[in-house]
Amino acid sequence: MTDPADNVAVEFRNVSYHLNGTRELLHNVSITVRRGETLVLLGRSGSGKTTTLKLINHLLEPSEGEILVNGQSTREWDVIRLRRMIGYVIQEVGLFPHFNVARNIGLVPQIEDWPVSRIQQRVEELMQLVGLDRQLASRYPRELSGGQRQRVGVARALAADPPILLMDEPFGALDPITRAELQREFLALQKRLQKTVVFVTHDLREALLLGTRIALIESGRLVALHTPEEFLYSKEAMVAAYVDAFGFESDLRKRGQP
Amino acid sequence: MNVWQFMLHHHAEVAELTLQHLWLVAVSTALAVLIGIPLGILIARRPVLNKPILGSANIIQTIPSLALFGFLLPAPWIGERADRLAILALTLYALLPLIRNTYTGIKGVDPAVVEAGRGMGMTDSQLLWQVQLPLALSVIVAGVRVAAVISVGLATIAAAIGAGGLGEYIFRGLAMVNNQVILAGAIPAAGLAILADVSLGWLERRLSPR
Repeated sequence: MTDPADNVAVEFRNVSYHLNGTRELLHNVSITVRRGETLVLLGRSGSGKTTTLKLINHLLEPSEGEILVNGQSTREWDVIRLRRMIGYVIQEVGLFPHFNVARNIGLVPQIEDWPVSRIQQRVEELMQLVGLDRQLASRYPRELSGGQRQRVGVARALAADPPILLMDEPFGALDPITRAELQREFLALQKRLQKTVVFVTHDLREALLLGTRIALIESGRLVALHTPEEFLYSKEAMVAAYVDAFGFESDLRKRGQP
Repeated sequence: MNVWQFMLHHHAEVAELTLQHLWLVAVSTALAVLIGIPLGILIARRPVLNKPILGSANIIQTIPSLALFGFLLPAPWIGERADRLAILALTLYALLPLIRNTYTGIKGVDPAVVEAGRGMGMTDSQLLWQVQLPLALSVIVAGVRVAAVISVGLATIAAAIGAGGLGEYIFRGLAMVNNQVILAGAIPAAGLAILADVSLGWLERRLSPR
């Protein structure tokens, strides 16, 4: 399937990644991420999802092939500029423990040298956007609940209004109720903001709920790329196996049929 | 005359030698901080330099202090005055704990936090000043604390080359076979060591990452 060039935010062209020139973590992956979609990278632990994500903001350099962000290879991008236009959310550990909530959220504006008053205004705006009480601004990460920390992480990634958002199992460490809440809020937020999102998860339910398209990654290879509906009813062996593993065959698949 | 009466009787001299001692320790520790922390940062960033720099600091540490004073004696400008010589030697000894703790502190920062910073587009120096050094600070201060306490002890030997300090009493007492005089140097020196340990220990706890 081909997309018109201006509709493509990120493109992988035959990308492979070897760890220290030996172990192959990613093999010949070609995939495009369209503007405004949420592409979910789905796969089990160690499949290469996070590696794929880190290639986009050039935390890792591809061993073969290239990744184009807004039409330009990540090798040619000024890496600092590239990263500042890509929001990055990782599991809760990524917050700065010595910064309070406001400083964590305002980090990218601060390193981009925004004036202080504008940063303050932006931080307040974002805290409201992600549903954080204003009084939390002076708290430190260790004083927050897991759900609150994750909201801070999302707000921080959105701070400089980047067009692209990378999310690495952002809700993985949360209890099921908080996770469901944050997933709903993510959907509402995404409807409003229309960011290009690449979302890593191993949770099929999360992928079906949040994804515009789902890419299944298995042992460093892209094995399937479908919309959630196609994914659920796919006859491809690996996709069906993943779906079955979540027990969808018995309940949701039946329920999903008219 | 017991040691307290001796110290009371010679209080002006005790105070002067204590201040001299403090001066030797403070200047050498400050110099070691100025040299050791940048070296620690350097080897945290350039692993190739790790072995030569830590190795050299280690070797200096194994040279007996009296011998080191002797080695440095012919040095130009430094060798002219005993206190310069003493400060240089004490600085060299204080380097190892500072370099090692700076390195360990930076390496001990949660890699996920560093990667998050890098992923958000922080430059190397922004990462260093805003993330790595603040989070490593308590470990670095622990290094300053070790260096200062060691220096207080080592500085007593500086009296052997005429640099003054509380070692004066210790050497004098040794020559006179007079325990009171030895203690008049040893007790204030122990007091300084405890003071350095307690105050820097307090600072270390205050700076611990939350």
